[in-house]
Amino acid sequence: MVDLWHVTFEVFRQKDNQKSHFNFFELDINPDEYVLDGIERIWAFTDRTLVFSHACHHSTCGACGMLVNGVEKLTCITSIRDVTRDGGKIRIEPLRNFPIISDLSVDMSSLYSRMEAVGHQPILPIQEEDSKGKVKSEGDLLRLADCIECGLCISACPIALTTSNYIGPAVLAGAQQHGELTPCILELVNSENGAWRCHSAYECTEVCPSNVDPAWRIMELRRKIIANRFSSFFTRK
Amino acid sequence: MSEYPQQPGKLIKWFDPRHRSLGSWAFILNRVTGLGLTLYLFLHLIMLGQLAKGPDAYDGFIALVKNPVFLVGELLVIAAALIHGLNGIRVGLTSFGIGNSKQKQLFIILMSLAAVAIIYFAFRMFAH
Ligand code: SF4
Ligand code: FES
Repeated sequence: MVDLWHVTFEVFRQKDNQKSHFNFFELDINPDEYVLDGIERIWAFTDRTLVFSHACHHSTCGACGMLVNGVEKLTCITSIRDVTRDGGKIRIEPLRNFPIISDLSVDMSSLYSRMEAVGHQPILPIQEEDSKGKVKSEGDLLRLADCIECGLCISACPIALTTSNYIGPAVLAGAQQHGELTPCILELVNSENGAWRCHSAYECTEVCPSNVDPAWRIMELRRKIIANRFSSFFTRK
Repeated sequence: MSEYPQQPGKLIKWFDPRHRSLGSWAFILNRVTGLGLTLYLFLHLIMLGQLAKGPDAYDGFIALVKNPVFLVGELLVIAAALIHGLNGIRVGLTSFGIGNSKQKQLFIILMSLAAVAIIYFAFRMFAH
């Protein structure tokens, strides 16, 4: 028999651009359950108007990103035990730097369209293993790319906080992973709102729940851009 | 792509380090010191402008800046230059792939150096 914890969920609410506020929900919950389980329970038994996003429940779809006690987390894999204590509280807010659709749900279309623009492949052949150059050959098998487009890195990035034009860590990492710097991709990433706007805060890598290490990839992309500019300077007719 | 803008945060949030890691401290310090040094540059140019108003005006101004309040201001400028410059080295190195995985340690070492230098200058300036 598991001892339940008494936890107060402080949940951010905002509808139709109205003034935001927090609602408080008291839950007796197994501490080994996940934050998303608590949110779903609130929705199922207490408040059907609560809006939040989720799908897979196993850190693959990237839909359930939220701020948990001020830090970006995938709520489907963040256990209650890790973020509070018995009698404690959990503050849930939507991701930063994205427009709020309603309550905890944000509009991530900017991320998705930019990922598409840099040619990010959500599914890769296994021989194109993208974790820092490890190349394995596994026949025709496919794998999901490391980046699950959850947007946590963009929410945590202090530069994305200062300008909406910065294309953001996930997109730059996507461009690096894509490999080839086509003229279109180069135009996007070799710009003031691309790789050169990063100010080395490393918050993206700090919160990324997957194996991406976006900060490292941004620096790697810079190297690629410089190499590309050099070679095109010397090969120019 | 601008049809789906991200939503930047309010200005005050740029300087809010709560729940963030060491990298945000580096970012905030660089912003604050960068703004401070820019402001100082303007003040410095105004001060140099006093030279053109003849020796009396200049001497009067120099007497004013020997005031302890101005000395503290000068120390702040030195501190800002040290913090901004040394953190700039970290940004420069990591930007070209050097020390990426050790950027936190690099920040701590460089800021410790800045702290030692600031204490040294403070001692020199206020000892007399
Ligand atoms: S880089 Fe990491 S944090 Fe950013 S969207 Fe991809 S998986 Fe999420
Ligand atoms: S619900 Fe899919 S990643 Fe959390």
